[in-house]
Amino acid sequence: MTDNANVAEAPLLTISGLEVEFPVKGWRRPPFKALKGVSLDILPGETMGLVGESGSGKTTIGRAVLGLAPITAGSITFDGRDTTRLSRTERRALSSDIQVVFQDPYTSLNPAMTIGDILAEPLLTSGIARVAARDRIRELLDQVNLPADAVDRLPREFSGGQRQRVAIARALALRPRLIVCDEPVSALDLSTQARVLDLFIDIQEHTGVAYLFVSHDLSVVRHISHRVAVMYRGEIVETGDAAAVTGAPEHPYTQRLLMAAPVPHPRRQAVRRSERHALLASQRAADAARETVR
Amino acid sequence: MALFLLRRLGAAVVLVFVIATMTFLLMSMTGGDPARNILGDGATVEQVAAKSAELGLDQPLAVRYVDWLGAAVTGDFGRSWFTNEPVMTSLANKFPVSLSVVVTAILVTAILSAILGVTAAVRRGWVDRFVQMFAVLGFALPNFWVALVLVTVFAVNLKLLPATGFVPFATDPWRWGLGLILPVTALVVGTIASTAQQVRGATIDVLRQDYVRTLRSRGISHRSLLFRHVLRNAAPPALTVLSLQFVGLLGGAIIIEKIFALPGIGSLAVNATLQGDLPQILGLVVVMVVLVVIVNLVIDLLTGWLNPKARVS
Amino acid sequence: MSEALIPAGAVVLPATAGRQKLYRRVLKNPMAVGSLGVLALVILSAVFAGLITGWDPNRAELSDALAAPFGEHLLGADASGRDIFARLIFGARVSLVGALIALATALAIGIPTGLIAGYFQGWFDSLSSWFASLLMAMPGLIVVLALISVIGPGIVGVMVTFGALLSPGVFRLTRSGVVSVRRELYIDAAKVSGLSNYRIISRHVLGVIRAPLVIQASMIAGIAIVLQAGLEFLGVGDSSTASWGQMLSEAFSNIYVAPTMILWPGLIIGITVGSLAIFGAALRDTVQGAEPVRRPRRRKPTSEESASMRRLDLSTAATAAVVSPRDGGHEDLEPSDALLVVRDLQVGYPQPDGSTTIVVDGVSLHVDRGEVLGLVGESGSGKSQTAFSILGLLPDTGAVLGGSISFAGRTIASADGATHGAAALRGRQFGYIPQEPMSNLDPSFTLGFQLVEPMRHILGLSRPAAKTRALELLDRVGIADPRRTFDAYPHEVSGGMAQRVLIAGAVACDPELLIADEPTTALDVTVQAEVLDLLRGLQRERSMGMIMVTHNFGVVADICDRVAVMQAGRLVEQAEALELFDDPHNPYTRMLLSSTLEDTEPRAARGTHAASSRGTAR
Repeated sequence: MTDNANVAEAPLLTISGLEVEFPVKGWRRPPFKALKGVSLDILPGETMGLVGESGSGKTTIGRAVLGLAPITAGSITFDGRDTTRLSRTERRALSSDIQVVFQDPYTSLNPAMTIGDILAEPLLTSGIARVAARDRIRELLDQVNLPADAVDRLPREFSGGQRQRVAIARALALRPRLIVCDEPVSALDLSTQARVLDLFIDIQEHTGVAYLFVSHDLSVVRHISHRVAVMYRGEIVETGDAAAVTGAPEHPYTQRLLMAAPVPHPRRQAVRRSERHALLASQRAADAARETVR
Repeated sequence: MALFLLRRLGAAVVLVFVIATMTFLLMSMTGGDPARNILGDGATVEQVAAKSAELGLDQPLAVRYVDWLGAAVTGDFGRSWFTNEPVMTSLANKFPVSLSVVVTAILVTAILSAILGVTAAVRRGWVDRFVQMFAVLGFALPNFWVALVLVTVFAVNLKLLPATGFVPFATDPWRWGLGLILPVTALVVGTIASTAQQVRGATIDVLRQDYVRTLRSRGISHRSLLFRHVLRNAAPPALTVLSLQFVGLLGGAIIIEKIFALPGIGSLAVNATLQGDLPQILGLVVVMVVLVVIVNLVIDLLTGWLNPKARVS
Repeated sequence: MSEALIPAGAVVLPATAGRQKLYRRVLKNPMAVGSLGVLALVILSAVFAGLITGWDPNRAELSDALAAPFGEHLLGADASGRDIFARLIFGARVSLVGALIALATALAIGIPTGLIAGYFQGWFDSLSSWFASLLMAMPGLIVVLALISVIGPGIVGVMVTFGALLSPGVFRLTRSGVVSVRRELYIDAAKVSGLSNYRIISRHVLGVIRAPLVIQASMIAGIAIVLQAGLEFLGVGDSSTASWGQMLSEAFSNIYVAPTMILWPGLIIGITVGSLAIFGAALRDTVQGAEPVRRPRRRKPTSEESASMRRLDLSTAATAAVVSPRDGGHEDLEPSDALLVVRDLQVGYPQPDGSTTIVVDGVSLHVDRGEVLGLVGESGSGKSQTAFSILGLLPDTGAVLGGSISFAGRTIASADGATHGAAALRGRQFGYIPQEPMSNLDPSFTLGFQLVEPMRHILGLSRPAAKTRALELLDRVGIADPRRTFDAYPHEVSGGMAQRVLIAGAVACDPELLIADEPTTALDVTVQAEVLDLLRGLQRERSMGMIMVTHNFGVVADICDRVAVMQAGRLVEQAEALELFDDPHNPYTRMLLSSTLEDTEPRAARGTHAASSRGTAR
């Protein structure tokens, strides 16, 4: 445990009872409930990993925090301020505190803008002078290990991993306190993925930024997170320290998720596989028993 | 499928109604005095007033509209202000001529563009280059100019085909067909050019799809792949283009009919326009829009039949 | 941070490639420049018509009637003795002004409504889209004719009306452009940065739809010129000034006397409109050529190094270093009864400039009956290209350039012969499982049809027999309600279900070799585990040989007997699975294995929640 374990630290972000509904096309169809009352908090400088499968609602939480999803109930509080519903102007003020890195490095950068313009956009929008912005951009490129001459180039001249570095630099531009990372490494190759994750950790250690880190990959979440929340069908089924949740999960779904991820070693994977079959059998038996009790 | 059909049908009826209303209102807001136009400058004020009353033009706009619409629903578009012939009668006489040109043109377009477009997409090479060049040419050359050239070459110089005249199908199918060759050719140069280009694009698109490779991996023969899977998936976008072509052809036929002296709606439309014959123009527009809507409906149904996803949305 | 693995100058694309503005690239296209030049010529001669010719276009000299060309009159004179050339260049004014009015109207209506409808959507979108389809159902010429009877033959009114009738095209183009841009993540990023809607539209949206709009505009101008000429030809235009359509009409009335008179106005219309069309096509080619669509699918890895496809000459490729059996391509342990043998395979894509892009280079491997070979590598390693070469399903632009592939002792592909051999084996001896379940099923046919079709073709089964077998297969691959799935269309089932159907299709005709290209990459991890179980079961009960193409070492560990590791088109290491994981020889393999995160230590929790934060929901 860390030294300040007993010091009461106020959470940076608090989500409570959050519900999000998307309208469904068609006459009188009920809306799709993507989040069914989700509560979560993130401390300053902490990484909260959010893991789940497609359709679990993990991405929607991130988008709700960013003001990009229709919230129907619940609240989001950032640094003591209610940010559940904000106007575009209020959102602009918040943009220096909350930023984002998306999954797809190919569509998250405007193909027609140079890297310099992409990085300047948040700076200029927040009213920073052009000269100061130029210095800051150079600093940012250095921070994400990109060459300074990247400024004049277009996104398509860069590989996936390098584009993701640009996206990270854009997120860092205004020195935010929280970055929502939506599957930021799942489109990258294995070796690239490891390096970009290390960059995330490195930046966190230097700047003290907090991450809400969304991923479908338990091993990625385990690598970068302090704490982990597991999502299943619009709900959080389990939260806790990364080691505990990803090592000895308590909820049946998390157990299934962990057992389903193959281990990169044939012998250990054979063991994991039989463990998984045993787990599925016992869960099925337990379900059947519960049915008969009823 | 029944719901899909019903919805489309409803939308089509609304569309016809709105266009009919818009046309009526627009045409009725003419600045001039129709009765004066009909009678000419020599007529006295009393004569003009009497004519106005006879045509119902002294009534308020709303009353005229309701009267017109009520009659139009039963297929009665009134009488021409100038010939006094019922509008429906003249339309019934003229439309079959125009339709035989337009429908033949659309069928020829569909068949030839499918062959040209698919061949260009599959074989590439010179067929492809030809289709591409033809697309520019067909777009650039107005169909009435093509018609003039055809008349000059085949009718005036070579005297191979009739330049003018229309023989009803019932009278002599052979001469009916001969008479159609030049007008239809003039019309289809442009439509084939753009439709073949569309078919080519859609086919190339489908050929690039993952499922085509997977079907190949299953040992499906090339012929079956092309005619069953590729054509079916490439057809909906091509059909959409075809329905737009139909709208364009209705207009193009008006000019072509003048060149070949075909007794279709062309002369009717031009004369009615020059004279300001309101009932005639209204009837013409409504019948045309109904035709367009029917064609669109048929194409929609075809698309829905071809593409199961379209039925849902 | 270890950046050492990125070679210096990893960005191989020339730095100048993208920086050129679009207009500069357009100016390098000879077609675009040529057509623009012709257009400029037409416009200039219309503007300075009075300086170019001394003839008044409306002055009739009856003595000159139907004068021959190249005499006193450059192109001759018409039936009233008016100079044809003068009428031609003065007539251009009417056509060009008319086209301009129609174009301006169409753009002025289409662009703002399209932007609003696409960006804000909601009721305005529904209403304007409906209105657009209404306008499109109107037969243009008839409507214009009808309106002429109301507003008179003035060019402005007619062309404004026609512009309005053409505006749905602009509207739809703008709207669909905005809608597709709106979904892009960089718009979300801009919103997060607090950009106003106005800034987002002007900075991000307009730039994307600019080129398509210019293309559409050139088409509209062309259509307007033709339509206007048509109206003049019909005689409903303004007859006081010279125009191309009017000239055609006059030529038509003299068609038996002077047939060549129809030539000049037709040619000038053709040249003008053709230039517009060619300019549009050239611009489209420039735009499409400049931005290669390189958008990977969900979760499909992309390479850090852009040098995913190495460009090298065939001569340098031939000097590939030969490495020891364990570390490289050549196989000494190749058994004589191997099911599939690949020897020194080289696959390349010939380029327009004469060079060849080699994507697979000197790969040798074999698969035995009942054996699962893992083909592992990052994106651009050539693993999928190797698999497609075996199936004979390389894209048309690619080819096997060297080496050979043989199946059960028969050569099915070599550099000299084509890949005909594989065609006879596909579906019979080869089964293929693709990566993305949804895009690999034909959306227009039921799943059942797609299963039955190959069985009837290859096994010669009757329709009912094939259906029975298909239902059995669906049951075998773990589909709960085979009958319902049989009748379903691809869009009606989930991705996991679709992948099971594809697996059923791959094994339907009892193949001896199964080639699976990242079959679980697009699936959720719990579904992946089930699909792997299914594949293992099927492979064992039918003792099929199998090639598992993947980038995931967990998948390799789960199912593969032997592993071949590929990097940048070459095989760097091949070994028994256990051996490879325990003792990787090649540095690249070691680097890949060390990049897996499964065994890393989780970070320690921080903050007050540490002890008490554990919680589960039931």
